Amino acid sequence: MPQYLLNIIQPAGQVPPPEVLEPVMRDVATLNEEMRAAGVWVFAAGLHQPEASTVVRPDGLVTDGPYAEAAEFIGGFDVIEAADLDEALAWTRKLTGVLGLPVELRPVATTF
Amino acid sequence: MDAPATALVERTFREHSRRAVAVLTRLLGDIDAAEEAVQDAFVTALARWPADGVPPSPPGWIITTARNRAIDRLRREGTRTERHVQAALLHDVTSPPQEEGPVVDDRLRMVFTCCHPALSVPAQVALTLRLLGGLTTAEIAAAFLVPEPTMAQRLVRAKAKIRDARIPYRVPTEAELPDRLPAVLSVVYLVFTEGYAASAGEELVRGELCAEAVRLGRLLAELMPDEPEVAGLLALMLLTESRRPARTSAGGDLVLLADQDRTRWDTELITEGQELVRRCLRRNRPGPYQLQAAIAAVHSDAATAAATDWGQVLALYDQLMALAPSPVVALNRAVAVAEVAGPAAGLEFVERLDLPRHHLLPAVRADLLRRLGRREEAVDAYDAALALTGNERERAFLRRRRDELTADPQSLEA
Repeated sequence: MPQYLLNIIQPAGQVPPPEVLEPVMRDVATLNEEMRAAGVWVFAAGLHQPEASTVVRPDGLVTDGPYAEAAEFIGGFDVIEAADLDEALAWTRKLTGVLGLPVELRPVATTF
Repeated sequence: MDAPATALVERTFREHSRRAVAVLTRLLGDIDAAEEAVQDAFVTALARWPADGVPPSPPGWIITTARNRAIDRLRREGTRTERHVQAALLHDVTSPPQEEGPVVDDRLRMVFTCCHPALSVPAQVALTLRLLGGLTTAEIAAAFLVPEPTMAQRLVRAKAKIRDARIPYRVPTEAELPDRLPAVLSVVYLVFTEGYAASAGEELVRGELCAEAVRLGRLLAELMPDEPEVAGLLALMLLTESRRPARTSAGGDLVLLADQDRTRWDTELITEGQELVRRCLRRNRPGPYQLQAAIAAVHSDAATAAATDWGQVLALYDQLMALAPSPVVALNRAVAVAEVAGPAAGLEFVERLDLPRHHLLPAVRADLLRRLGRREEAVDAYDAALALTGNERERAFLRRRRDELTADPQSLEA
């Protein structure tokens, strides 16, 4: 079954207050439950802000922060299994609806 | 070389290659593989038919041969990682393809795959012309004024996305159709308008685009007889196309609707278009294409510009504004207002519009100001319109109108 990555695109610099965030996170959890029940859910996670990231380069160099400053970053993601793009799009629409954020849908090429 | 057999191969290619590609795409699940298999089959036909005689059903022979060629190719090229995928394909392929009813469905599947919203609009247009219109990459490139390698790249990328993202090869369900049909219709209409807004020098290629859009419109109307917007689009294109002979003067200058020699309109296209408009409006499910077609039908009903039922045109624009409001529709509505209630009333609506970078707004404004005798403002508006249009014919027309104003104050009365 083909897999798709749903990248949640978040604008940099604004973290919504808890009273806004909490109901959204509850809805996201419910949607992930729905995905599990439908048998499409593979993995999902929310990520810390890019400031918390560390980059390791092939030469062993370890640096603080994201590799490039950006106006948007990946705030979290879902991996799902779907028969085709239309089925994956239907789930992506649900996710973007719950979050109020754009979601990039990318087909997985290889799994290891 | 048997000339009649060779000619028949060519005719079969023209008439049936797109269907064959659509059928093979369903069987193989891959557009590139389908195109290649069909190409192979025609090459084989060129070698065999003159020698062995023409088969009883040429298109059937092509599809069967293409299917067999595809199986051969898959066996030959089979790699370890893809072996089981191909096994599944072979299983599908060996079931005999049905060449009657479902063939039509395959082309409809192809329409919806080519016009999937996950593809960019230029990619949708290129794919539709290539796979349903049967235009060559070179022809599509010429029509859209891009270098051939650019267009080839666009097609390769689009097909790769269909394959990698798994854009499905199926007709949307009834529930999905309202979301998916507009993209299909807008691709066909885009092909048509691209052809209709001909720029000098590209005339022949561009006229071919209109003909292709009409052909696609007819195909869609045949495949989706219950969708009034499909009939509406076809009617709109036919009625617009009917005016083509009168749209330019002998010298190649643009002639406005009001000034056209209506005896040069194509009455056959008008009759067909009007009949379609009547039939789809009777369903009482109006949509933007049906309404635009109805407006075109009102114009084609009038033997002279003065005989135009502008009240009817305005009522239709009101409906269109309610259904699909846009600044361009509002501008056209303002033109109808000017005809019904005078240029001052029309101008009032035009002044309220925000349509930056579109030459039609200053062009309409210029015309209304000219009719109101506000010469200097009209000249400025013509200059503004000239600055915004790249189409040589339209530029010539605007320049002529402006020069009339600066040269001859009397023409204000026109």
